Amino acid sequence: MASEQLEEYLESILDIEEQQGIARTSAIAKCLKVAPASVTEVLQVLSEKGLVHYEPYKGATLTDTGREMARTVKRRHRLLEVFLTDVLHINRENVHDEACKMEHTLSDETECALCKLLKAPARCPHGSLIEACNRQVESCSACLEETRPVAAGSRDEPLIPVTSLAPGQKGTIAFIRGDNSVVQRLTDLGLTLKTEIQLVRKAPLQGPVEISVRKTRLAIDHAIADHIFVASCGEKGR
Amino acid sequence: MNGCPGCGGNCASHPPMVKKAEYVVALAGNANVGKSVTFNQLTGVDQETGNWPGKTVERAEGILQYRGLRIRVIDLPGIYSISALSTEEQVSREFIAHDHPDVVVNIVDASALERNLFFTLQLVELESPLILAVNQMDLAAQKGIVLDHAKLSGLLGIPVIPMVAIQGKGILELSDAIVEAIHARPRPHLMPFGREVEDRITRIRDLLPAGAGGYPPRWTAIKLLEGDPDTLWEVKKLAPDAVTAAQGFARELEKIHGEQASTILSGERYHVAEQLVSDTVAFRSPGDQEVTLTERIDRVALHPVLGYILLALMLGGLLVWTFIVGAWISEALTAFLSGIAPLRSLATGSVVDILFNGAWTGLVAAVTLIIPYVIPFYLFLALIEDSGFLTRFSLMLDQGMHKMGLHGKAIIPLVLGFGCTVPACLSCRIIESPKQKFLAAFLVTLVPCSARTIVILGIVALFVNIWWALALYLLDFVLIIILGRLAFKLLPGESVGMIMEMPEYHVPHLPGVVGQTWQRTRSLIGIVLPAYIAGSIAITAAYALGLLEPINAALSPITVLLLGLPAITGVVFVFGIIRKEMTILALAALFGTTVFSSVLTPVQLIVFALVAMLYAPCISTILALAHEFGWKRALSITALETGLAIALGAVAFRILSLFM
Repeated sequence: MASEQLEEYLESILDIEEQQGIARTSAIAKCLKVAPASVTEVLQVLSEKGLVHYEPYKGATLTDTGREMARTVKRRHRLLEVFLTDVLHINRENVHDEACKMEHTLSDETECALCKLLKAPARCPHGSLIEACNRQVESCSACLEETRPVAAGSRDEPLIPVTSLAPGQKGTIAFIRGDNSVVQRLTDLGLTLKTEIQLVRKAPLQGPVEISVRKTRLAIDHAIADHIFVASCGEKGR
Repeated sequence: MNGCPGCGGNCASHPPMVKKAEYVVALAGNANVGKSVTFNQLTGVDQETGNWPGKTVERAEGILQYRGLRIRVIDLPGIYSISALSTEEQVSREFIAHDHPDVVVNIVDASALERNLFFTLQLVELESPLILAVNQMDLAAQKGIVLDHAKLSGLLGIPVIPMVAIQGKGILELSDAIVEAIHARPRPHLMPFGREVEDRITRIRDLLPAGAGGYPPRWTAIKLLEGDPDTLWEVKKLAPDAVTAAQGFARELEKIHGEQASTILSGERYHVAEQLVSDTVAFRSPGDQEVTLTERIDRVALHPVLGYILLALMLGGLLVWTFIVGAWISEALTAFLSGIAPLRSLATGSVVDILFNGAWTGLVAAVTLIIPYVIPFYLFLALIEDSGFLTRFSLMLDQGMHKMGLHGKAIIPLVLGFGCTVPACLSCRIIESPKQKFLAAFLVTLVPCSARTIVILGIVALFVNIWWALALYLLDFVLIIILGRLAFKLLPGESVGMIMEMPEYHVPHLPGVVGQTWQRTRSLIGIVLPAYIAGSIAITAAYALGLLEPINAALSPITVLLLGLPAITGVVFVFGIIRKEMTILALAALFGTTVFSSVLTPVQLIVFALVAMLYAPCISTILALAHEFGWKRALSITALETGLAIALGAVAFRILSLFM
């Protein structure tokens, strides 16, 4: 069975699992527009390879290896989407299908070069988060610093508010907007420029966000946190 | 301040038997580093709490008797910086700079050294004799943090004492270090910033006249560069050119970095702190890969569903306590105490009788308030504060509280308010911004406390029906929200969104919790007891002197014309200012019956309860408000609420009369 097909399955299981906890055969079939019988068949193969835990009639969940693979593919897919949109200016409607085909052939090296060229973008053109790479780097900024100046045509570094980070995601502080006393208070608590911070969790209903900085945890009002801009580095936290 | 005059620096050889000399040690540090525990360990039970003069900031003071010395220990508020942005910071800064404590002990958390050393560096800038007490060494060790404290001591030039304060480890060493430091006065090494900044500081310092403002010159120079308004104003009179130069330099720096100068300096301090940590701390990870206990508890406490269930359980528990357990204890106590001597608020007879009856009634009122409602609530508050749950509850409720212009922490006073308004007002201290502090206190006075609940239940639920009682409650909550929004818009000052540290959970330190409960209860007794006793005596005396009729007559335009109540209720409302549930007793005594439906119509009962619920907070609350916010604000709240009660009562009387 083609690895391309398996990767597509892993990707959709990841998506379904994130929303529903377990990926049922019917849901996978619907997502990939194939017959449920063929899904069962592929799930058995994936299960043999140790990529999913498959329980007949219940559905599948990813194993750690499977999840890692699915995430890598997803990350490549989204990086490619950014590349196609921002650098090649391909029509936005077509980038998804295009990226779907390209994602399976990308090597680690190309993926890494692409990430650096695009300055470690946080989100794909459709707004989905771009996962961390699994390279052994301290932070994305450290990774970017070792690069030579990137080619013309690349976009400006994407800065996003802390509130747009996903729980567990890290970013380095680029700037803080707001009135002087608030900025001062945040700075005094250790949120100085270029400091790496991690979003721990967001309270429901636009409540405060909890961040981790300099080995301490802070809860910050949502409106204030919206004004703390970070260069996200998608690096997965604990 | 005191020091050791006549010793000429030979203090070490001085026999440590000078009983008279009293030294002052200040404890400074971030919040949640174990400062209070250290304070308790150093001073034992020998403590006194009060407010900093003119401020609503708690001041704790105790005595350390050690090696023949009598040392006054002042626990400064837990702060993260000395930028003087908040009252707490101002208090600490003024105390350290102007009162010249003999030694400042900076307590830091070993597991978050970078942030803590940032504060240490500010103390170093103030150039006081300094000791660094590194607390929670055990937790840091668990996280794989190994601190070379001897090296840190060498770099900073001050004693560094490792501690586990909660277990009493290092307290003896700290006491020794304090005694030695009183004599040796260790001055910390100044930690230079980057060239770019340090050069400018030096140049400003050279322009300053000697001894300007009582602060060290380098500190003054730094503050000028940061654009600290107080310092700018002070120095402007003495050395205007230094101010001009500083402002010029600040603009230069701002141009280079694109940030305001004070932020640049904070960045510089953090840079030095990072350097100190990387020189003295080794990380023995991978200990921090595993999920900590705090993280595990947080997964429940901050869970979008489970967290709110936990919260609901906690709030529900408090309400159950108020309405069932507290009410039961209160009744039992009243029954027991009235067995000792009868409670007669409307006594006549000799002056001694009147005095005794008044004082006894007041005393019973205080006891039946403090034991069932105040102590358990304070204990609960201290427990959730100390364990770390308070910050989680605040976080979960922050968004809801925004609706009333408050933030999450305000839930505590609002909940306490169901028990008794007085401790609730005092607990508004936990809110930092002065505007929100006052706003919360105002709303707290509207929360139906146990006394008002008794009135609503005892009059409306019993003699009209339960639905009207609930409607009154509902009206009260709607009023709280409306008035909260209004006051938020109208009150001057800015609201600061919540920025707070989320400390790690830990098992509460029992002596600390008990101590804090006792200190708080004690300061509350100081307000409530005299108010009750004096108030009860005054009213009993008024009754004995036959002043009731004139009072009723004077109030009758309001009671009779506006509210449609019998004139006799005028004096009942006056009684109610002492304690609101006394309105029921007074009503019963004056009407000579406890079946109120036989003397008042349903409309009158509802109007009476409505007015009793909303009008002037009780005298203890007024005193507590005055204590915290000054008489002007306390009386404004009283007047506003009385006006509101009369207005709503008048409207209710007219509307309800149409169909009841």
